[in-house]
Amino acid sequence: MSSLWEYANPKKFVETSQRVLPWVTVLSVACLVVGLVWGFFFTPEDYRQGATVKIIYLHVPSALVAINAWFMMLLASLIWLIRRHHVSALAARAAAPVGAVMTVIALATGAIWGQPMWGTWWVWDPRLTSFLILFLFYLGYIALWAAVEDGDTAADLTSILCIVGSVFAVLSRYAVFFWNQGLHQGASLSMDAEENVADVFYYPLLVCIAGFVLFFVALVLLRTQTEIRARRMRALMARERMG
Amino acid sequence: MIALLRRDLVLAVRAGGGFGLGLAFFLILVALVAFGVGPGGALLARIAPGILWVGALLACLLSLDRIFALDREDGSLELLATAPLPMEGIVSVKALAHWITTGLPLVVAAPLLGLMLSLPGPGYPWLFLSLLIGTPALSVIGTFGAALTVGLKRGGLLLSLIVLPLYVPVLIFGAEVARRGAEGQALQTPLLLLAGITCGTLALLPFASAAVLRVNLR
Amino acid sequence: MMPELGKYAATVLSSYGISILLLVALAVVSLRRATRVRRALEEVEARRRP
Repeated sequence: MSSLWEYANPKKFVETSQRVLPWVTVLSVACLVVGLVWGFFFTPEDYRQGATVKIIYLHVPSALVAINAWFMMLLASLIWLIRRHHVSALAARAAAPVGAVMTVIALATGAIWGQPMWGTWWVWDPRLTSFLILFLFYLGYIALWAAVEDGDTAADLTSILCIVGSVFAVLSRYAVFFWNQGLHQGASLSMDAEENVADVFYYPLLVCIAGFVLFFVALVLLRTQTEIRARRMRALMARERMG
Repeated sequence: MIALLRRDLVLAVRAGGGFGLGLAFFLILVALVAFGVGPGGALLARIAPGILWVGALLACLLSLDRIFALDREDGSLELLATAPLPMEGIVSVKALAHWITTGLPLVVAAPLLGLMLSLPGPGYPWLFLSLLIGTPALSVIGTFGAALTVGLKRGGLLLSLIVLPLYVPVLIFGAEVARRGAEGQALQTPLLLLAGITCGTLALLPFASAAVLRVNLR
Repeated sequence: MMPELGKYAATVLSSYGISILLLVALAVVSLRRATRVRRALEEVEARRRP
């Protein structure tokens, strides 16, 4: 009988993820190299934006991963609160810094891109502002994990913060849209073909997104392993001190 | 519950900080902003609603860590936890006490400070109303943050890092109501949204705060 | 081989540079912590076993 919950066993998770990790890493690096080289060297310039359109291969995938990393943390937090699997809580902890770095990449590339396009590094545009708020949520979440000493307490507190934070993040998003209509263009990747970017840019972009997602998965697997080991080490050392 | 509320209020008054400190901070902040941007009346009038909202928010933040910290130190928080009162009730009463000692004085004082910032005439009732509706949400959200960080030694900075992003929607809608009121525009939408957020947080967030407090007292 | 980036060369190159730098830094930090924790855990387990 095999089910998904088997991987909630830390030992089983470490064994399996150790087997999977090299493949994911290789695949992610391959996708990133192919996608970025393709995007950087072999795509034409956009007739309006010139060469700056090449930034899309970093900006869109990182923004996508930044948002979905938070969803993954929300899911992991719910699983931890309901089923009390340590792997789940540790995976949420492992994902947070990765998500925060992705947010920084999205913001930085956005600012660099905005400078020639909109004539300013930063505008209080709804999407940019939402990302800034998302970044603050990541910081608070990471800081809370770091501040609480006891592992299970920290996992409980951060899980609840993650759930409450998700609600407020959505609220903030709508509030920010209400507050200021932006310069930012609409979705780059909707089902609606009218709105989409042209095919020449589309395929390398898909490869880059795959690369970023796989990169995220690889890092989260690695970091979750590390957190599991660190937790086991703390437990062993506590037992040693007890005698 | 009423006994707990009365006790909290008495403690806040006796400690001397309750009403005075937040107000003094609010006053200083307004003065500092005026020093910072210069005495020009037109500019001050334009930014007055935003300044007053941000000031109220920061003054509220200042007193958050005392919601649970004192009770935690002398052990009465553990006693409260074992009392027949549900934890959700304790948390709500704590938030209410915080609002009466901090939020309410700010709401009353804000129009006076608006005078100092030469807020335009039609803005006063809307500033008052938006703060009256918005500050309870600030207290409830702050209580959640205080409950999260109650066991930590250096919780103050962490508390503000966690709570301030949660304040964003309230601030946006509240300041928008005050600004539109001052400029005489239609303000029904932000006012309703602000009221909606306040009702939502009042109804739901005490459960999260109570859950967090239970974890911290385990 | 280098594509013609025109007047936006600095913009494009700097955003690629910053992003790749951040990604690599994140990977390096994660890997270093992973090896450090793994080694420490092995030490602790070795101490327990003999």
